[in-house]
Amino acid sequence: MKIDALLINSKDNVATALRDIDANESVTVGENKKKKSISVKEKIPFGHKFATKTIKKDGNIYKYGEIIGKATKSIPEGYYAHIHNIESLRGRGDLERKLK
Amino acid sequence: MRFSGYERANGSVGTRNYVGIISTVVCANEVAIDIANKVKGTVYFTHQQGCCQTPVDIKRVTDTLIGLGNNPNLHSVLLVSLGCESVDIDEVQKQIAQTGKKVESIIIQEIGGAARSISSGTLKAQEMVRDASKQKSEWHPIDKLVLGLKCGSSDTTSGLAPNPALGVASDILVEKGGTSIFGEVTEIIGAEHIMAKHAANEKVEKKIYELVNRMENRAKSVGADIRGGQPTGGNIKGGLTTIEEKSLGAIAKAGNAKIQAVYEYGKKPDRKGLVMMDSPGREPELLTGLASAGATVIVFTTGRGAPQGFPFVPVIKVTGNKNTMNKLSDHMDLDVSPVIRGEETIKEAGKRIFSEIIDVASGKLTKAEISGYTKAMDIYTIGPVI
Repeated sequence: MKIDALLINSKDNVATALRDIDANESVTVGENKKKKSISVKEKIPFGHKFATKTIKKDGNIYKYGEIIGKATKSIPEGYYAHIHNIESLRGRGDLERKLK
Repeated sequence: MRFSGYERANGSVGTRNYVGIISTVVCANEVAIDIANKVKGTVYFTHQQGCCQTPVDIKRVTDTLIGLGNNPNLHSVLLVSLGCESVDIDEVQKQIAQTGKKVESIIIQEIGGAARSISSGTLKAQEMVRDASKQKSEWHPIDKLVLGLKCGSSDTTSGLAPNPALGVASDILVEKGGTSIFGEVTEIIGAEHIMAKHAANEKVEKKIYELVNRMENRAKSVGADIRGGQPTGGNIKGGLTTIEEKSLGAIAKAGNAKIQAVYEYGKKPDRKGLVMMDSPGREPELLTGLASAGATVIVFTTGRGAPQGFPFVPVIKVTGNKNTMNKLSDHMDLDVSPVIRGEETIKEAGKRIFSEIIDVASGKLTKAEISGYTKAMDIYTIGPVI
């Protein structure tokens, strides 16, 4: 069975779409030999990410088994995960300026 | 395994045999370009630096010009100077000549203006090309190759296919005794703990953290979020959300070899194997830094389709995005999108990249060279223009 999205590491809570995915599609997410089905709630463009489990506000986002940022609001399973709900933890000159 | 290249007096081997017309200061660029356009077999290097900068940057520019002149892809060098710049042209000329290479110079203010300088420079360049054309390429062992690594206009396919595949190719070269250089320190932010595990020793490990901290602090010093600058607007459209995510995909191109040493921008490595060089991620500065460090062939992975090449170092474009391969077919040399579709392993794609490196090093032209899209060049400076 072909996979529609890729989970790179078992720690990951976001998957990368390997094709354009439509809202309310049930897709196969692959991680090595393991596969699981997820109902995607929003349109996900090729190469973009969606949550494979619900991520709480301020929760870490994992990809490659590593932290790539944190959630600025809750991201329920199957929802689009990108700059509108994830912020970076690094290079944040804006935060340091606020501290001063 | 061997490649066909041009041996220089100091034992280094180039993959190309150009006469380099190098401008020593932004104000001499026009004359350098005019000379190069008049003489077949020459390439020009121009930049926006060389005067009205702090001493730290003047030294940076001087050292980089020396590094570029020493690159074995240049048979000989003609320096083009205005005459009043801060860069010490005598020092540049002396240091390049030490490699045994022929170096000549023209100084616009001494010769008397652009027209006379172009005329004089053209005549000198013609003789140099005549001389260079006598050198035939010969077969040399693969350990003489110096590979530069670069990724640009990345999207989420970059970290899944082309970067890990380039890592495989770099590992093969390192295993055979060659040299592989990576930079793009900005794109290690968030992945330095992984990169540090590849350090050959504690000194290298410390230096990796030091360079990443220095780059991150530079970015933070302007008081803004790095996002939008890194990852770029294009990266974000390609699905990359944070610099951490971009970095984790970017570092894969360095492969699994141990990092033997860490160098300042543009400095020639004094040892073989995988090494790291300070540099931002932007193409003109990074490609120039790799060329100054002595890279004779560069592999550049891309997601959304970066077309840039460099004047005298062939740049091989590799993409894992099928749409990009189709849309920018006149810029992309290799397609590793079969990896994304599960039709090829990363190792197989890596071997294909390695084989392309050998072919290009031996004279096969890259699409950037054929189309002439080879002018991504400038020198990375750190201080203000004053």
